[in-house]
Amino acid sequence: MADVVLNNIVKTYNKGEVKAVNNVSFEVNKGELFGLIGADGAGKTSIFRILTTLLLPNSGTASVNGFDVVKDYKAIRKNVGYMPGKFSLYQDLSVEENLNFFATVFNTTVTENYDLVKNIYVQLEPFKNRRSGKLSGGMKQKLALCCALIHRPTVLFLDEPTTGVDAVSRREFWEMLKGLKQQGITILVSTPYMDEATLCERIALIQNGSIMSIDTPDEIVKQFPENLFAVRADNMSRLLNMLRSNKQIKSCFSFGDFHHITFQDDNELSQNKLIQTLQEARFKDIELKHITPTIEDCFIKLMN
Amino acid sequence: MTSEVVIKADKLTKRFGDFIATNEVTFEVYVGEIFGFLGANGAGKTTAMKMLCGLSKPSSGNATIAGFDIYKQTEEIKKNIGYMSQKFSLYEDLTVIENIQFFGGIYGLSDKQLKAKSNELIETLGLQNEAKKLVTSLPLGWKQKLAFSVAVIHEPKIVFLDEPTGGVDPVTRRQFWDLIYSAADRGITIFVTTHYMDEAEYCNRVSIMVDGVIRALDTPANLKRQYSATLMDEVFYELARGAKRKSD
Repeated sequence: MADVVLNNIVKTYNKGEVKAVNNVSFEVNKGELFGLIGADGAGKTSIFRILTTLLLPNSGTASVNGFDVVKDYKAIRKNVGYMPGKFSLYQDLSVEENLNFFATVFNTTVTENYDLVKNIYVQLEPFKNRRSGKLSGGMKQKLALCCALIHRPTVLFLDEPTTGVDAVSRREFWEMLKGLKQQGITILVSTPYMDEATLCERIALIQNGSIMSIDTPDEIVKQFPENLFAVRADNMSRLLNMLRSNKQIKSCFSFGDFHHITFQDDNELSQNKLIQTLQEARFKDIELKHITPTIEDCFIKLMN
Repeated sequence: MTSEVVIKADKLTKRFGDFIATNEVTFEVYVGEIFGFLGANGAGKTTAMKMLCGLSKPSSGNATIAGFDIYKQTEEIKKNIGYMSQKFSLYEDLTVIENIQFFGGIYGLSDKQLKAKSNELIETLGLQNEAKKLVTSLPLGWKQKLAFSVAVIHEPKIVFLDEPTGGVDPVTRRQFWDLIYSAADRGITIFVTTHYMDEAEYCNRVSIMVDGVIRALDTPANLKRQYSATLMDEVFYELARGAKRKSD
């Protein structure tokens, strides 16, 4: 059964001038960890605000736990947890006061649901008397997550929880999400980091308000329509320029210490010919290998 | 890239009371180099950058930027550097052309230079139809590309980039790096922070800061060899996971 359902949701701003969400439909199943993957301005936050009943869609329907986002907004607000992209707790209340406040607003107590937040809250406990505005970025993020969880929501909405967070803290955060998933909470999470997509069960790739693909990360990778190769040599920036102007090459993008390419004519002859061309152009340490695409490769492919 | 030093930091330290944000940081950056300045949140990157830009006085240690002293010649430093961050770079309620003219004016370009530069910039970025639109209406990726071009409008010796590609889509992120490469080819030194570890690979050398100290500094290839890693992500994780400080 689906906990979150969107049917042809449209949201425009500036009297229709800006189309933020363009006919978006998808479902998030009960207990699923679902990722909305896209850059800033893709429409992710508008979708979150519609689902958490903070914004009305222009057209289309959506429901959370079977409740309609327009008609049944009160029921939805009681049941869901929402962590906005921008830190939105009370900065002049302490860690403990914030948590108590949110528990009370939802007619419950911290004690009643402590087991749900325990693993995260123990890391905050040494600072429980500190004002939330004085916490570090990582700590703020953990407190916001606790506050979004303290009423034991059925669905948790996390809007870009890892933006601007370093690689180590990002890993820790995803570990926390795995733990929450095991407790049966449905999670919809958005991120601009493509590498985080593989940590979700299913993902939707979104760009300019439209969904480009929805599936498991493995399936999206399998649907990549061409053979993808990684190539490197001693001078990467010269190599990039050369590959871009080479008629044999269909696409070329830099990916860390390799450039990822596809061929116009995809056969073994093309590979040999490219290596020969590179040797003639006096590149050294040439390496060319067939690779499995990453989600970022798929995203770029779908954008074009 | 040459062997001529353009940034020289020697035991650069900044204390806030008992807290040592940046602790005896020593390194050199070469002319035309793309230098990646990495570190966990709270490692002291922003504090170090502020000192290098002449915005914050060190507690101790020395540094010269393009040959100018960071204690005595901060105004000279500011004339010779460019700066852009993800958070603030352009005035949203000015148009594209107004932003270019404003920053060009501040950096001391003459009216004639400004006119030529504005036209050139708008053409290279393909912003002909957007020139008279407010910056706020541009997609983030375009804003970031414009912000970078404005930060190097006066052809500075060094440009400081603080997480310039955060949240930008994968294609635009790569176009942004094309701009970085082309500036470096013109001899502009690039000093850049990022949380994208694939971008660390695009740098000539990277430093990794942990708890106020530079824990590693080398080419990406050497760092990966040293830490027996295939990706910079692993090197970063190995060094930063033991960090005691975690703040912004």
